Amino acid sequence: MSAFRNLFAKIRAINARYHEPRIVMSGAVRLSLLVLRVYLLALVALMIYKFILVVTQG
Amino acid sequence: MNLFAKLYYPLRKAWKAVGLYLVIAGPGIVVMVADNDAGGITTYAATGAKYGYHLIWFLLILIPVAYYVQEMTVRLGAITKRGHAEAIFDGFGAFWGWFSLLDLLILDWLTLVTEFVGMTAALAIFGVPPWITVIAVILLMALIVLNGRYWTFEKLALLFCALNLVYIPGAFLVHPSVRDIVHQGLIPNFAGGFNGQLFFFLMANIGTTIAPWMLFFQQSAVVDKGMLEKDIPWGRFDTLLGSVITVVVAVFIVIVTGTVLPGIDIDDAAQAAHELMKTDRYVGTFLAIGLFDAGLLGAICISLASSWAFGEIFGWAHSLNTKIRQAPWFYATYFLMLVSAGLVVLIPQAPLVLITLFVQVIAVTLLPAALVFLILLLNDRTTMGEGCNTLAQNLIGGFIVVSIIILSTLYGFTVLFPAVFK
Repeated sequence: MSAFRNLFAKIRAINARYHEPRIVMSGAVRLSLLVLRVYLLALVALMIYKFILVVTQG
Repeated sequence: MNLFAKLYYPLRKAWKAVGLYLVIAGPGIVVMVADNDAGGITTYAATGAKYGYHLIWFLLILIPVAYYVQEMTVRLGAITKRGHAEAIFDGFGAFWGWFSLLDLLILDWLTLVTEFVGMTAALAIFGVPPWITVIAVILLMALIVLNGRYWTFEKLALLFCALNLVYIPGAFLVHPSVRDIVHQGLIPNFAGGFNGQLFFFLMANIGTTIAPWMLFFQQSAVVDKGMLEKDIPWGRFDTLLGSVITVVVAVFIVIVTGTVLPGIDIDDAAQAAHELMKTDRYVGTFLAIGLFDAGLLGAICISLASSWAFGEIFGWAHSLNTKIRQAPWFYATYFLMLVSAGLVVLIPQAPLVLITLFVQVIAVTLLPAALVFLILLLNDRTTMGEGCNTLAQNLIGGFIVVSIIILSTLYGFTVLFPAVFK
């Protein structure tokens, strides 16, 4: 149990350490990250669609 | 005597340069040759069997593609002294950091399973049962990494890289027509016209040439080796040499299967080795040995890529220059990945085909993110200083990255919906 507690404490420490992105968020960087988010969301939607197809059509 | 005197100093200078290169050599060659893993060998064998020599020109185009992408990791590692996972956490924050780390973990583990599938299938040709292969591989990999020196690991890995060249004598044994190779292979053409199936093969070849774990591995290896900014030119040469070797090996595999198995549909490299055994025992043996070696080299590098990444983020000691007592979590992650992946192959009726498909789909989610982060990090002048991407590097790198993203996405799409490109 304490091992899990240590692990979660470690993860919280990592989240705190890297809370703020160090790279300067210029327009190009923001746009790149936005496009990446949209791309990944579209990909996840596609995978969910495929999963539903597999489940419903067997 | 006069001629000898004239040549002495240039030769001594060249010899010193070779000696210096041999000290720096490693990460570039190892990562590139390891890229010809079990999945890669299967793709090249299937490409040769399906299209003969007609796609050799396309493989040659992949030399600069692989070089430009991996060269960026050399600069990033040598200048920041950080692995790729840590660079993403630091540069883009915890959200993108965790996304990359967990995606890498899943992808590496699934890829490791496919490496074990390749290795067990290769040794099964010689009558070795899968459980013996799995145990032997784990023991061998333990011996390679547990000596507490990065140098020893790297030189042993280079030895396995040399074994990967087994396909070259294999190609000479099948007596291919050099005239046909030059005429069909070196002039860009699309055999049978540009159709969905050809497009699938082109994408599969790109997908096997650039893999997400390669970015993480080479950057961490550059850091673990202790390469400095002054070593970057040698690191570049090492990467270029590695990308040439990996594509040359791929071309020779295509020549072997293109000569002996034209028109045969190949599903896995072990099947190709079986087929080759029927026509030429030695060539079949070479292909099987090469498949085992490819799986082994891939497994070593992939499990290290994950262990390094986790060590960087969790702050554990994470160097091959440490003993197991000094870096228990680093080695625990390494062996946990390895043993669990090996055990999956031994499970009867395990969904190995499904796992292979999953690898390709998950790679598509991580690769674009890793490549975008790479380009952005290489443009961060505060960290990179003089090592920042130039305009030309951004244009070339950007073009390659956008092309890879589009093609790998389409590849993932065809894996999910195979009927679309038929």
